[in-house]
Amino acid sequence: MRLELRGITKRFGTLTANDHIDLTVEPGQIHCLLGENGAGKSTLMNVVFGLLHPDEGEILIDDVPQRFANSGDAVRRGIGMVHQHFMLVPVFSVAENVVLGFEPTRRLGRLDHARAREEIRHTSQQFNLEVDPDAIVENLPVGLQQRVEILKALNHDAELLILDEPTAVLTPQEIDALMAIMRSLAASGKSILFISHKLKEVRAVSDVVTVIRQGRVIDQVPPTTDESTLASLMVGRDVSLTVAKDVAAPGAPVLELDDVVVRDDRGLAAVDHVSLQVHAGEILALAGVQGNGQTELVEAIAGMRPVESGRITLGGRDITGATPRAALDSGLGHIPEDRHRYGVVMSLSVADNLVLNAPRRAPFAAHGSRNLAAVRDNAEDLVGRFDIRTTSVQAPLSSLSGGNQQKVIVARELSRPLEVLVASQPTRGLDVGSIEYVHRQIVEQRNEGLAVLIVSSELDEVMALGDRIAVMHAGQITGVVDPSTSRERIGLLMAGATGADHE
Amino acid sequence: MSESPVTEAPVRASRRRWWHRFTTRSPLLVTIDALILGFVVGAVVIITTTASVLDAWRAVFSGWSAFPHACKITGDVVGSAYRAMFTGAVVNPQIFWHAVTTGHGWTVALTPLSETLTYAAPLIIASIGVGIAFQTGIFNIGANGQAILGGVAGAYMGSLVHLPTFIHLPLTLAAGIVGGVVVGLVPGLLKAYTGAHEVIVTLMLNYVVAAVLIFTLLSTVLQQPGQQNDISRNLEPSAQLAPLFGAASGLRVNWGLAVAALVVVFAWWFLERSSLGFDFRVTGANPQAARASGINARAVIVLVFVISGGLAGLAGIVQLAGTTHYLDGGFLIGNAGIGFTAITVSLLGRNRPVGIVWASLLFAGLGVGGRAMQAATGIPLDLATVIQSAVVLFVATPVLVQEIFRLRQTTAGEVRLATSGWGS
Repeated sequence: MRLELRGITKRFGTLTANDHIDLTVEPGQIHCLLGENGAGKSTLMNVVFGLLHPDEGEILIDDVPQRFANSGDAVRRGIGMVHQHFMLVPVFSVAENVVLGFEPTRRLGRLDHARAREEIRHTSQQFNLEVDPDAIVENLPVGLQQRVEILKALNHDAELLILDEPTAVLTPQEIDALMAIMRSLAASGKSILFISHKLKEVRAVSDVVTVIRQGRVIDQVPPTTDESTLASLMVGRDVSLTVAKDVAAPGAPVLELDDVVVRDDRGLAAVDHVSLQVHAGEILALAGVQGNGQTELVEAIAGMRPVESGRITLGGRDITGATPRAALDSGLGHIPEDRHRYGVVMSLSVADNLVLNAPRRAPFAAHGSRNLAAVRDNAEDLVGRFDIRTTSVQAPLSSLSGGNQQKVIVARELSRPLEVLVASQPTRGLDVGSIEYVHRQIVEQRNEGLAVLIVSSELDEVMALGDRIAVMHAGQITGVVDPSTSRERIGLLMAGATGADHE
Repeated sequence: MSESPVTEAPVRASRRRWWHRFTTRSPLLVTIDALILGFVVGAVVIITTTASVLDAWRAVFSGWSAFPHACKITGDVVGSAYRAMFTGAVVNPQIFWHAVTTGHGWTVALTPLSETLTYAAPLIIASIGVGIAFQTGIFNIGANGQAILGGVAGAYMGSLVHLPTFIHLPLTLAAGIVGGVVVGLVPGLLKAYTGAHEVIVTLMLNYVVAAVLIFTLLSTVLQQPGQQNDISRNLEPSAQLAPLFGAASGLRVNWGLAVAALVVVFAWWFLERSSLGFDFRVTGANPQAARASGINARAVIVLVFVISGGLAGLAGIVQLAGTTHYLDGGFLIGNAGIGFTAITVSLLGRNRPVGIVWASLLFAGLGVGGRAMQAATGIPLDLATVIQSAVVLFVATPVLVQEIFRLRQTTAGEVRLATSGWGS
């Protein structure tokens, strides 16, 4: 299928999300749409998928102009979309999810499970997408859930697949598998529109890259373009992808974990006898595929999850089983993994969010009464220093873009007197410009003697930031290595190879 | 205005801005529109239940010539009902003018307003208690029970103890607060330490407290001497909230209104300026972020119920010490259950102190005016309840109101549901 967009324009009030966008996806082509968060990628995809109606411009499929009243129209015309957040029913089987909405039925409206299974087996063989039709979706790993989404689209005879940031939730292995699938789909004649802001993937898999910035097409380039060129096209300036930092000068250990065991919500030992030391003036990067106990480990440090056994000390003080308040007061800075849930309050103002976990600290309050002038001055100062883009410090946090919300958290944590900073996935979902900025701030703090623990599933980030890299697998530390260690070696440790032969 | 042509353009611009505001979605506008719709619903109820109006419309089926008459009858009946409601709740212009010109009859002229304020005072206090809990994400459905026990505790202190006013009255009010806190602590502690859902616990406690009320009223301690009925002793005059303009004024509005004003100021400071209020609001908006930010969730839950229950108890004792002066089996039961009305008033006022003041005045006015309307036109008082309920229903469904009035979307986004948070 050949998809052509001509002069697509979409405005929201005074904001122009898409400004006369022209784009052509040829049959069998993997076309990447590259842009920062807030560049207008998702808006454009929602227009193509019939979820939004363009104010101007037209969509042509095989040179025939289309009008989509809703996404059902788009599906009928052969467009399939895999959303960033999956649209699956967790308690249903794979087969049930795939046929949902187009269920094969027998007499009296009974579901024809046999035929559904058969259909799926056929489709998955045809496109080499292996998945058990009887598995319950919630029991599948994220990568397979995504496969189910793709299967669902293909089962509705999609000729063009829209993949909205498909790699954001995947492990490196799953990303490789997804890319193989994308290539084989393209080889069989399907067109793929692939949205991403991760340069490596874009270069690895695309046939053509269209860069959009602030709602406009900036350029169309071949995937052989080098990363720094792509990055500067995206953000409109030169950015450094590697983090410039001097050799660490580690001091005394600040955060010490001694034989710590933490149970997850199901009662299993998610953190299984972990011992770690983070020294002043160094960045310890905790690498590992997500779901190997990193989340529980950080929650235990932050006082949000009970410690089964072992000891956690911060600056010599025992904070094992302390309350979050006590942990924060001992000098813990925490950039949580799920920032919307744990890091900010969307309905409160930027200024209030900037003092969220220290509202009683002088000068923000005295005698139980808040000093709003001090809170505002603090916000004005941090908004300037951390380059937080907001119309006003009194604007609700929800009016900020994702990158700027993260900057609010970073600014809040780094502006408190800290002994240790624990940052989980500090740059997840951020655009290149913001990533660079957050990295620079973290390195600066480390240079000033702060102990930093970074938890990340992005190998690039771990290797760029870490002065030492600890690798976690199945709740255990499989090795603590130097950042000069090869990616393959770290990959092996992430996969659970024991660190018997590490230094 | 027209003397200087230079000012014309800005005037027109400001008028356009005003019109723009009037047609753009905003919480205030939706509330005003909901009010209008509430009165429309009330009008429909009047029309469909008044025989003379229906007869006039039936005549239209026989010939169109009856149409103007039917319209006139409808307008007359609905108009007179709402006029009676207004003059009964706010002011009767003729009587007021008579008082102004002659200097006599001020009591009669001001009685409607006095009555509305008398009913509004405890309602404001209880609603602010409910509103503070709502803002923290807690549903205190038990304000009525808390208010009743506040009244009972206040009755003990106010009728069994003899002290000079300057100490007796504060102690009586304090006893009322303590009574409310005691009832409020039950769901508070249960929720904080066992996770029991506050809606169930507070709702059920209302029945327990209502039974406790009857029980104490039949006990010889509190019962009016020489009475067999469920009626208590009178509060000592030293424990009563005196009429604001003196007993000679003949107006019932009392110092409870001043107490309510203090509560409004306190609540505004508490929510907007205090550190604890900030903890409350963070907890209400995002409990997980609150916990991660070091806010002690248990303490917040218990304190919310202390404050919310305490205010409900204060509302109960203000009602007792300011208006009724004695307890009986009907104290805060049924239509007079200010603790229940407080829930809807708080929603209507969007849980904010100032909004709650307006909503309380409206609800008190509808109640007082409804009684006047019943007396003047024979239309049952329950119409006031119909209007109150319809207004809250419309406020709770802003999308519907926006559609009816075709309001423009704001750039700031959708008007938020006042009731959002239920079930979460």
